[in-house]
Amino acid sequence: MKIERLTTDVLIIGGGTAGCYSALTLADEAPDASVIIAEKANIVRSGCLAAGVNALNAYITEGHTPSFYADYAMKDADGIARYDLLISMSKHLNEVTARLEKLGLVILKDENGKYVSRGARNIKINGENIKPILADAVSSLPSVKVINHLNISDLILDQDGSVIGALGNEIDEEKLYIIFSKAVIIATGGAAGIYKPNHPGFSRHKMWYCPFNTGAGYAMGIRAGAEMTTFEMRFIALRCKDTIAPVGTLAQGVHAKQVNSFGEIYEDKYGLTTSERLYGTVEENEEGRGPCYLKTVGISHEQAEDLEKAYLNMAPSQTLRWIARGKSADEENVEIEGTEPYIVGGHTASGFFIDDGRRTTVKRLYAAGDVAGGCPQKYVTGALAEGELAAKSVVQDFENEFSVNNTTSSLHGGRFDIREFDADFKDFDHTDDLKEIASEILSADDFSFKDKDNISTEIENYLQMIWSHVSSKDNSENGDRSNNISESSSLENESQAEILEAKMQDIMDRYAGGISTHYAFTEDSLDEADSKINDLMVEAEGVKCSDFQDLTHFLEVRERLLVSRVLIQHLKARKETRWHSFDENRSYPDKDSSFGKVFINTRLRDGNIEVIKRPIDGDYKVFRVVT
Amino acid sequence: MSIRFNDNCIGCGACAKVCPGSLIKIKDNRAYIKYPKDCWGCVSCVKVCKVNAIEFFLGEDMGGSDTYMQVETKDHYLDWKFYDSNGLKRTIEVDRTSSNKY
Repeated sequence: MKIERLTTDVLIIGGGTAGCYSALTLADEAPDASVIIAEKANIVRSGCLAAGVNALNAYITEGHTPSFYADYAMKDADGIARYDLLISMSKHLNEVTARLEKLGLVILKDENGKYVSRGARNIKINGENIKPILADAVSSLPSVKVINHLNISDLILDQDGSVIGALGNEIDEEKLYIIFSKAVIIATGGAAGIYKPNHPGFSRHKMWYCPFNTGAGYAMGIRAGAEMTTFEMRFIALRCKDTIAPVGTLAQGVHAKQVNSFGEIYEDKYGLTTSERLYGTVEENEEGRGPCYLKTVGISHEQAEDLEKAYLNMAPSQTLRWIARGKSADEENVEIEGTEPYIVGGHTASGFFIDDGRRTTVKRLYAAGDVAGGCPQKYVTGALAEGELAAKSVVQDFENEFSVNNTTSSLHGGRFDIREFDADFKDFDHTDDLKEIASEILSADDFSFKDKDNISTEIENYLQMIWSHVSSKDNSENGDRSNNISESSSLENESQAEILEAKMQDIMDRYAGGISTHYAFTEDSLDEADSKINDLMVEAEGVKCSDFQDLTHFLEVRERLLVSRVLIQHLKARKETRWHSFDENRSYPDKDSSFGKVFINTRLRDGNIEVIKRPIDGDYKVFRVVT
Repeated sequence: MSIRFNDNCIGCGACAKVCPGSLIKIKDNRAYIKYPKDCWGCVSCVKVCKVNAIEFFLGEDMGGSDTYMQVETKDHYLDWKFYDSNGLKRTIEVDRTSSNKY
C-alpha cells in the first residue's frame, strides 16, 4: 500500500460549484499560492450538478436589489437565517453569473441583450454542461492541482485546535493521502441518504439530492469541534413522483398549479413558502384527498415538448418516463410527492456556523456552498458567491497575519511538495510500527507544527482506524458484533456497509420523522432514535470492508451516523414546530415566539454534543483571525 | 434507475472516469456497472460514451418499462434517442447553445 504526503498552501475539499469557484478566485487573488482540490469523484461530472441544472434560481433581476433577495430568503425560513450572510451572498450573485457566462454557460437573452428572467429571482439557461465548464476553467490554472477519486474523511488538527490538513483514501487502489495545508476550504456539499429514500430497493439512489454527497464536510467539522447551526431545518423536496425530478420548471415554466384528486387547487390553502408547499401535499394525502398533481393538462402540445427538452438538461429520467408511458405532460397531470429529508445548506440554513467571511469557528477552516449554514436559498450562484467569499478571506487572513517575505509560512510559498511512502497493512497491527510510519511522514522539516507528537498520534489513529476496517483479522473486542453483521449480510449478498446504511435509514425514518411518519416525530421517538443511532455507531466499529471502495462506502455511512446524531439533538432542542414537515415536532405542534429569536447550534466537546443558543441578530462579522 | 452496457463497448474507460459515484469499472476490455443500485441517473456516462454502448433505463420499482435511452453528440447538438422492444421510438434534438424555454 502507498501513502502519499502532499504539502500545499490551500486545500479545497470538494470540487463542486463552490470548490471550483474558490480555486478560480484564489488563482486571481493569490496567483502564486498552491491549491489542491481533493474531489471524491471527478470534477468534470461530480456532485449535485452532474446531470446539469435547469435555471439559475438566485439572481438579482432588473429593478431588484440584494436586500430584496435576502428579505425573501429570511421570510421563507420564517426568520431563522443570517441576514448578514444573505446580503453578502446576494451582492455577488450577478458578478459570478457574468463570469459563468464568460466561461461558456448559455444564458437566454432578449433582443436587447438582457437576461430573460423566469421569475423575480431566476434566469433561464442551458445548464447541462455547467460542471464541464467549471472543470475546464479550473484545470487550466497552473497553481491548481486537482486530485480526482480522493475521498477525504478526516481533518488534521494542531494542538491549538486549528486545521492543518486532511486525511483521505483513494477509491480504486490501496492508497492513503496525508495533505498538509495552511488553510482548508470545505466545500463537500450536504448530506443525502440519512433517511430511508422513496424507493429503498433497486432504485434507492433515485433521490433528489446527490446520493454521493454524504455529509463528509459536516462530519469532519463536527469531529474538529466546529459549531454547526440549524440542522433541524431539514430540507424535503416536493418532486415528480418516482423520477424525483424537480417541479419548479412545471410550476414556474408553464404555471402548473398543485391540485388534489378532486381537481381542487390546494396550494393557496397552506401558503407558498417552500415548506408550506410540501406540507400542503402531505396534508391533502393524509386527509384522503390524494394523490396530488401538478396540473399540466391544458398546456399546449408544443409546451409539453419543450418541457421534455428542458428536463433532458437536468433530470432526464422524467423525459424518459413521459416517453415510456406514451403520454406527454399535456395529456396527463404529473403526480407529485415529497422526498426523504436531507441536510443541505444551499436550500435551508443547515451547516457550519460561519462569519460573514465564511470562516468557521475552527481556525484555518472555511466553508462554502451546501456545507455552510445560515444562508438558505443560495442555489448554484450562491454557492459560487460563497466560494469566492471564502477564498478572499483566506487571502486576506494570510496576507494580514503572515510576512509575505517568509516563504515557509506565507500563503505565497507556492509549491506542491509530494512524497510517497510504502507501508504494509501488516505493519499496522503493531503500535510501534505505526509510530514509525507516522514519524517518517512527519520527518520533513518544511512545515512548522506546534505539536508534532499530537499530530503523529492523529495520523496513527487514522491509519489504525482504516486498518481495523480493511484487515481480515477481527478485533477481539468487536468480533462478536461484526459476526452479527456478516451473518445477515450473507442473506442478501450485500456488504456490511450497505446493511449498516439500511439500518441507519430505517431508524431515522421511523423515529426521527421520515417519509413513513409523514415527517413527524415526538420527543419520545427522538430519544428512541438517539439511543438506536448510538448503538449503531458502536456496531459500526466492527464493520469489515472488502476493498477501498467498500471502505469509502463505509466511511460515508460513518459520517452520516454522526450527522444523524447531531441532527437528533437539533430536532430535540427546538421545542416548537416552526416549519411544517421540515421540523414537524408533534410534542410541540405550534410556533413558539421565544424560539423565533435564536439559532440552535451544536458542537462536540469530549464526546458530548453541546447545544448552544445564539441570538438571530448577533454580531458574527469576524469570528477570529488566523495567528 | 440504472444503466447497462451493450456489445458496442470497447472498454475505453471514458464512462468510468466521469461517473460521480465511481460505480463503473473496466474488466477484460469491457465496462460494467459494479454497483447498479447506486446509479443516480445523471447520464454523465451516456453523454460521454462515443460508441453508444450505454443504455439508460428506469427500474421496475419506479414504474420502468422496456423503454431505454441513449444520446449521440453531434457538434453542439445532443440527439437523445428513445428505444423500446420495437426499436427506435423517438428522437429529441437538443441544441447545447440554446437555452431552456422554461
